[in-house]
Amino acid sequence: MKHWLRTIGLAALAAGLLLTGCQKAPEKKADDAKNGELKVGFVYTSPVGDAGYSWAQDQGRKAIEKLPGVKTEFVESVKEGADAERVIENMARSGDQLIFATSFGFMDPTIKVAKDYPNVKFMHCSGFKSAENVDNYFGRMYQARYLTGMVAGLMTKSNIIGYVAAFPIPEVIRGVNAFTLGARSVNPKAQVRVVWTKTWFDPALEKDAAISLLDVGADVITQHQDSAGPMEAAAQRGKYCIGYNSDMSKYAPKSHLTAAVWNWAPMYEAIVKEVRAGSWKGGRALWWGMDKGVVDIAPFGPMVPKAVQDKVNAQKALFQKGEDKVFVGPIKDQAGQVKIPDGVKAEDKDLLGMTWFVEGVVGSIQ
Amino acid sequence: MSPDLIVALLAAAVQGAAPILFATLGEILSEKAGVLNLGVEGVMAISAFAAFFVCLQTGSATLGLLAGGLAGSLMCGLHSLVCQVFLGNQVVSGLALTIFGVGLSNYLGTPYVGAGTVGFRQASVPLLAQIPWLGPILFQQDAMVYLGYLAPVAVWFLLNRTSLGLGLRATGEMPAAAAAAGLNPQRLRAFGVMAGGFLCGLGGAYLSLAYTHMWTIGLSGGRGWVAVALVIFAFWRPFRAVVGALLFGGVMAFQLRLQAEGTNIPSSLLLMLPYLLTILALVFSAARAHRAGRNAAAAPAALGVNIEPEG
Repeated sequence: MKHWLRTIGLAALAAGLLLTGCQKAPEKKADDAKNGELKVGFVYTSPVGDAGYSWAQDQGRKAIEKLPGVKTEFVESVKEGADAERVIENMARSGDQLIFATSFGFMDPTIKVAKDYPNVKFMHCSGFKSAENVDNYFGRMYQARYLTGMVAGLMTKSNIIGYVAAFPIPEVIRGVNAFTLGARSVNPKAQVRVVWTKTWFDPALEKDAAISLLDVGADVITQHQDSAGPMEAAAQRGKYCIGYNSDMSKYAPKSHLTAAVWNWAPMYEAIVKEVRAGSWKGGRALWWGMDKGVVDIAPFGPMVPKAVQDKVNAQKALFQKGEDKVFVGPIKDQAGQVKIPDGVKAEDKDLLGMTWFVEGVVGSIQ
Repeated sequence: MSPDLIVALLAAAVQGAAPILFATLGEILSEKAGVLNLGVEGVMAISAFAAFFVCLQTGSATLGLLAGGLAGSLMCGLHSLVCQVFLGNQVVSGLALTIFGVGLSNYLGTPYVGAGTVGFRQASVPLLAQIPWLGPILFQQDAMVYLGYLAPVAVWFLLNRTSLGLGLRATGEMPAAAAAAGLNPQRLRAFGVMAGGFLCGLGGAYLSLAYTHMWTIGLSGGRGWVAVALVIFAFWRPFRAVVGALLFGGVMAFQLRLQAEGTNIPSSLLLMLPYLLTILALVFSAARAHRAGRNAAAAPAALGVNIEPEG
């Protein structure tokens, strides 16, 4: 009896473990081999949820799903590493002709799977590797950061702006720098204080990080993480906040000034069009900006005065025309040394490898 | 740092300590009864979700709190079943519980990521909140923190001033002797594990109801493991657990504020501090216990040893 009970118990535990270990399998669509139908797969690192990075990616997927003859599927919460390879390979094998791997950590798995499936086209987001059938792509989010920095610089009264930062990698540092340059372009007295949480998503810690910034006098808070933790902190104190990835106004309707947001639809539609026309090429590095609509800012909150909106919109119009002067010298680092000389525009490779803070940032890079 | 900042820092430390304190007290109860439970991390994850979910559905933070506690008890009931009925290895079962709990909470919680709840908001205690310094630090918190002030006293009283607690401790030291004295060690162990689970569950509930007011996966963020380590640091004593939890919560809050102050101390170093302190505390506790001639830090003698059925 005892023995029998024990077996059942262990089996139940094992089944439980299996159940929780399983990721949602790609939705298998019936009669997917219809002629002329383009099957597109998307791999996300986090749950789609209702806001944030993967949510923004999924809006892009929904946009191309609307195109005639396009079928999409997605897998969310895919861990970066071996799991990713399995998921991407599964998609390629099941007949997806175009696959978007949307997170930095999917880079090597994508390259690896791409070798085995030369007829499938791969798009990897935010990395630096490409191959014959792999493009890497990203958006010039720093342009949107610059604009949100201007909003912060114009709205702050204490001239202290708080930035809850994730990990000290070039993408995040570039964002902090562009934001600071934007803020100081309209308010030379503004300083941006940075607190690293070394997390991508820990709402409790990120909220406390925002509180620590509010405690030292910051009256506008922005962030790099997906979580609404910092928004909640600003709202509770009656201070302003600026979101990231997607419009976060629902978390803090009275505090949310605007947000730096992704808008992948134009890019994904263009890629699908290329694949259809046969003009798609591998080996490219596509880095699109506001001129092509990949990055944008969310609608202004009601507390942002018309004059501020106009000023920011004027700069936005320049970005939309393709005029990008965010990282044009003279730009000094924290120690006051000129890093980008007068009139020189930083090259993309310098931006992609940025490891120093501009003047006006208070905080250490480590 | 100005006085205002120091008060803010200490208030944040108290809040950061609360979830760890609940979980540490829960683990103390379980270990005092002789059952090592390494599943605290998983228990907290499940409880955080249960608390969030019930609060979201009913709109009542109190019901959410109860749901978190009950979910903790149920999870630990599973541990109790595996170890006491099936005589499974406590370490293995505990680790499985962590993997299971974290996995299940991710699985169930994925559709709700980003959803917000009412939860517990700051509620100042009348009069006491006006005391300079102490008021803002201790009495301008949320209801669950106040519950956290009572919890160590309750656990201490249970363990040291009731016959139930005496039986519980006897079971953890020498189950055979407890049985000879007419007690039921199996039942006492199950009680210790599940009552401990309730407290761990409150720790999880704190994360989704009070610390933040939203759900996301990975909310426990390693706090369950810290609790397991703090039990040793605390010598299995409820009041020392308070010190340990405050130390941990304090360092975490301190490193963020040092950064906000604009000091040029690398944040990696600061983020390492709580863990470094935990290791130092463990070494210190063990060394002191050794000098005092006790076994390593005075663990209950039958900790981790299952009660074999007779005959």
